[in-house]
Amino acid sequence: MSLRFHGYRRENGRVGVRNHVIILPLDDLSNAASEAVANTIKGTLALPHPYGRLQFGADLALHFRTLIGTGANPNVAAVVVIGIEPGWTQRVVDGIAKTGKPVAGFAIEGNGDIATIAAASRAAKDFLQQASEARREEIGMDELWISVKCGESDTTSGLASNPTVGNFLDKADALGATTCFGETSELTGAEQVCATRAASPEIAAKFLATWTAYNDFILAHKTDDLSESQPTKGNIEGGLTTIEEKAFGNLQKIGREARFIDVLEPAEAPARGAGLYFMDTSSAAAECVTLQAAAGFVVHLFPTGQGNVIGNPIVPVIKLTANPRTVRTMAEHIDLDVSGLLRRELSLDAAGDRLLELTLRTASGRLTAAEALGHREFVLTKLYRSA
Amino acid sequence: MSAPDFLVHAATDTVGVVVVETVLPGQTLTGWVMDTDRTIAVAALDAVPLGHKLALTDIAESDTVIKYGHDIGRAVAPVRRGGHVHVNNLKTKRW
Repeated sequence: MSLRFHGYRRENGRVGVRNHVIILPLDDLSNAASEAVANTIKGTLALPHPYGRLQFGADLALHFRTLIGTGANPNVAAVVVIGIEPGWTQRVVDGIAKTGKPVAGFAIEGNGDIATIAAASRAAKDFLQQASEARREEIGMDELWISVKCGESDTTSGLASNPTVGNFLDKADALGATTCFGETSELTGAEQVCATRAASPEIAAKFLATWTAYNDFILAHKTDDLSESQPTKGNIEGGLTTIEEKAFGNLQKIGREARFIDVLEPAEAPARGAGLYFMDTSSAAAECVTLQAAAGFVVHLFPTGQGNVIGNPIVPVIKLTANPRTVRTMAEHIDLDVSGLLRRELSLDAAGDRLLELTLRTASGRLTAAEALGHREFVLTKLYRSA
Repeated sequence: MSAPDFLVHAATDTVGVVVVETVLPGQTLTGWVMDTDRTIAVAALDAVPLGHKLALTDIAESDTVIKYGHDIGRAVAPVRRGGHVHVNNLKTKRW
């Protein structure tokens, strides 16, 4: 198997696997204009979301980090930012401009939606035509950034689809790829075992401090044992009973060999070079994938048991499952069937190789099931109420 | 070997996971213990759905239930070997 793929080399040297021109609203008020631009300039993609007003402190910083990181992601060729007023709009434009990619901002106040849509559409058209001339080139696996997160897990996830991702991740780590796992609350019960996978005692301590802060937040707000929330109702239907059981299944995704070399804030870009990173995230699928995309990861591996259907607007989300019923009843959502592991027809090493091959094909342009079905869940993490 | 009816992560586990779509009470099930590559047999007491857990030993109330070789919670009701282990008899120790 060739361990290379064809990707887009961006202005800052990073490598993307998609070539999107996005219309990025700063705030909820700018969604309508952003969607109008994307509707006018076919081939561009609006990313509507519900936030961006009266946020403050760490929550505001995360809002900016997520929007700027989304625009900066190498799967994005160029960005049109639309905001209600020019100040914060320019802040997002300036953040994305550091990558060197084309970006332009438009503000609605003093112009109205219609004039803003017209001006932004002209910029979007130019960006789209420029992006259409970008060409893929051959790239090594060591320049691929891959995130992982599971969803609507069941016991087959911990038995087979998560270990398949783990086998992939060990191989990718040895090849010098940059990888990321998250889901802080979903390590509860397995957090001490997870800490033993840190690359140093300092990183282990940083991980446990991050996990403890999240767990304290849950303890402060919980009204019951979280059964049906974490584990979800779907997890329970699939046979998972407790958070501890779910956590040990989740942990299978990081394989057996790789050690995580840093603990990232939500949407924080890795800064310690190639290797495995842990990111502090919610365990809700779209929130986690959105944060990982904003940190610069360009392909996502998503094992599911009961059949989570999530996608992302800018990152291809590859779905795999080992649940034979999900393979049968939700076939259109599944990119890789590893149910043979449960029947002992497939070895874990072979399953990991199949996922590696599919990931490289996807990185070279093959559309995922989620992309073909139009799944574009873009969900910002909000840390607390707005002012 | 033919496809197993249930899988067990570790030899020390007190539960296994049913991986076939139909398990009926009284059926003798074949299980594969993955870490030691051993085969075991358990008679099902309940109809255990795909992906749900089966007790591999008699579990008493307040016993710790082991899966992946680790603590996954405490039994809040007794379960006989071959019985269905789920939210009615197993709870988290954390939240």
